[in-house]
Amino acid sequence: MKKLSMAASLAALALLAACGTSGGSGGSADQAAGTGGFTPPNLKKLDKLGTGEGKLSVLAWPGYAEDGSNDPKVDWVTPFEKQTGCQVTVKTFGTSDEAVTLMKTGQYDVVSASGDASLRLIAGGQVEPVNTDLIPNYADIYPFLKNRPWNSVQGQMYGVPHGYGANLLMWRTDKVKPAPTSWGAVFDPNSPYKGAVTAYDSPIYIADAAMYLMATKPDLGIKNPYALDDKQFNAAVDLLKSQKTLISEYWSDYLKEVQAFTSGNSVIGTTWQVIANVASGEKVPVQVTVPTEGVTGWSDTWMVSATSKNKNCAYLWMNHIISPEANAAVAEYFGESPANGKACAKTADKNHCATYHAGDAAYAEKIWYWTTPIEQCLDGRTDVKCTDYSKWTQAWTQIKG
Amino acid sequence: MSTLHRHPKARLGLLLGPPMLWLGVAYLGALAALFVTALWTQNGFTGLIERQWTLDSFRTLFTVDVYRTIALRTIGVAALVTVIDALVAFPIALYMAKVARPGLRRFLLVAVLMPLWASYLVKAYAWRGMFSEGGLVSSAFEAVGLKSPGYGLTATVVTLAYLWLPYMILPIYAGLERLPDSLLEASADLGGRSLQTLRRIILPTVVPFVVAGSIFTFSLTLGDYIAVRIVGGTNQLLGNVVYDNVGSANNLPFAAAVATVPVVVMLGYLAVVRRTGAMESL
Repeated sequence: MKKLSMAASLAALALLAACGTSGGSGGSADQAAGTGGFTPPNLKKLDKLGTGEGKLSVLAWPGYAEDGSNDPKVDWVTPFEKQTGCQVTVKTFGTSDEAVTLMKTGQYDVVSASGDASLRLIAGGQVEPVNTDLIPNYADIYPFLKNRPWNSVQGQMYGVPHGYGANLLMWRTDKVKPAPTSWGAVFDPNSPYKGAVTAYDSPIYIADAAMYLMATKPDLGIKNPYALDDKQFNAAVDLLKSQKTLISEYWSDYLKEVQAFTSGNSVIGTTWQVIANVASGEKVPVQVTVPTEGVTGWSDTWMVSATSKNKNCAYLWMNHIISPEANAAVAEYFGESPANGKACAKTADKNHCATYHAGDAAYAEKIWYWTTPIEQCLDGRTDVKCTDYSKWTQAWTQIKG
Repeated sequence: MSTLHRHPKARLGLLLGPPMLWLGVAYLGALAALFVTALWTQNGFTGLIERQWTLDSFRTLFTVDVYRTIALRTIGVAALVTVIDALVAFPIALYMAKVARPGLRRFLLVAVLMPLWASYLVKAYAWRGMFSEGGLVSSAFEAVGLKSPGYGLTATVVTLAYLWLPYMILPIYAGLERLPDSLLEASADLGGRSLQTLRRIILPTVVPFVVAGSIFTFSLTLGDYIAVRIVGGTNQLLGNVVYDNVGSANNLPFAAAVATVPVVVMLGYLAVVRRTGAMESL
């Protein structure tokens, strides 16, 4: 009963937080989510680092915590275990929503959360503030990744930045000519690739449509693809409904997309760099680009569970994963830009950081990072209510029909 | 021990207690919990369940068109898979039970059971390979100048019909085995031709067993969400809506509401089936 009432009061608190303070006029559009959006549950951060507890349970995107079992050469977990004595168990997840569900079980000590999960975890009280003074490598993180709306609330960091990347447009060079430069190739109803287009199977993909409309239908007045009022939202949903006639299949399992491009069932669509790398490795003629309308992307954060019993090991892990060596290894394996500038000197491919525009703040600013849409418009508007994520999820089912 | 001996009711209670408890708590209890969850609501942002009684989930389920479309599509696919399986399974079972010699019969029985030993995913991905561009199905279609159906509902129906076929063959085979050969001989002696015997002797005997098999194929298809993800292209069935609401939307109450739909459909189906007497042949 105690547990139940605690959960209920937590829920009430979160609800209060979600509808309580409204945006205000504070700061730039980007900042609105972090500062004006909501007040997080009052949790204390760790004030002193002790010795490791001997074990650590990690919840991570596939490829973020490799212990050599997938590829003996890819291993940054074992050195950590040897160094700290924390025995690591890893569980991977496929979507941000899955991560949020799993974190609610309280079984995991640390999680690599994207921006569309991190705020929900903070508001739900599943993760606690992080004392970055206890993490020496935090000093080397690119400044433009610190104190962002998706990893901090009211100037308090809730984790350490891990790395970032973009959702790119990929195509088969032998089937798609000329090389596309616009997302129009996957959204235009008259696209010549009808029946061979693929798209990401998640409600967050609605933002990709909104971003395309931002460039092609300026009179809708979309300023941020994650802050859509009803009219803008309906326009994005309509675009996706018409896009459905072009789609061969949606993907969320990245290996399924590799296979669809290999067989030719899909010839064009949204992708991650790592998928293009795997496909190229299998001699599939694919290329990727950043289309003129811009890109959505992810910026990931390692966070500590509020109920963790292994917080010292959790802090040691966060320090390890953003160390130049480990950060370089992850960034190269997954195909993204590292968060630690010193990692660029440690990559096996010396051009890695150039390829991914690491440290290029101007490039990083152009990416619309996954953020959870909430009722308080993230672009700072206070005169309208925006559509929240549960509406996005429902719409996504309706788009797929 | 002797006390137990003297109290037959206590003995019976101890014997049946644990399994009944398991049935009651683990099975029916879970179903009840499912239904109760459907009456709660959820915070859209944090995904935490709020324990307030509401019919919102059911309201959404019945008022938003897309869920009706998906429910009807799912029932349609399940019916189609069942019909295809019955049509394919009947001749196979008839041959196994009445025509094949004992040695061949044993071999066929093993052959029918064999696919059940392979992983579901392996079989579904095998069909994905066959329906892909340049795969077996599409090259066969191209050879006769047609366009391959590719991934979609057709591929889903074919894959599911393949997956559940053994569950249809086995009950029909068991039913036909019970049919005495003497009946068929008597029919022939009285001048009945093969087709007449088939129509008036074999089919009436076999109907309850086809219905028994259809319970498997129909209910398994109603709950399936994996095959359609692998070969279904952009289509979704009820199972996918449940899965998406648990996994991605974090909306357990709504997922529970959707999950009651196949339960209700299945209860209705079983009520109809009971009248045919097929329950006794399970």
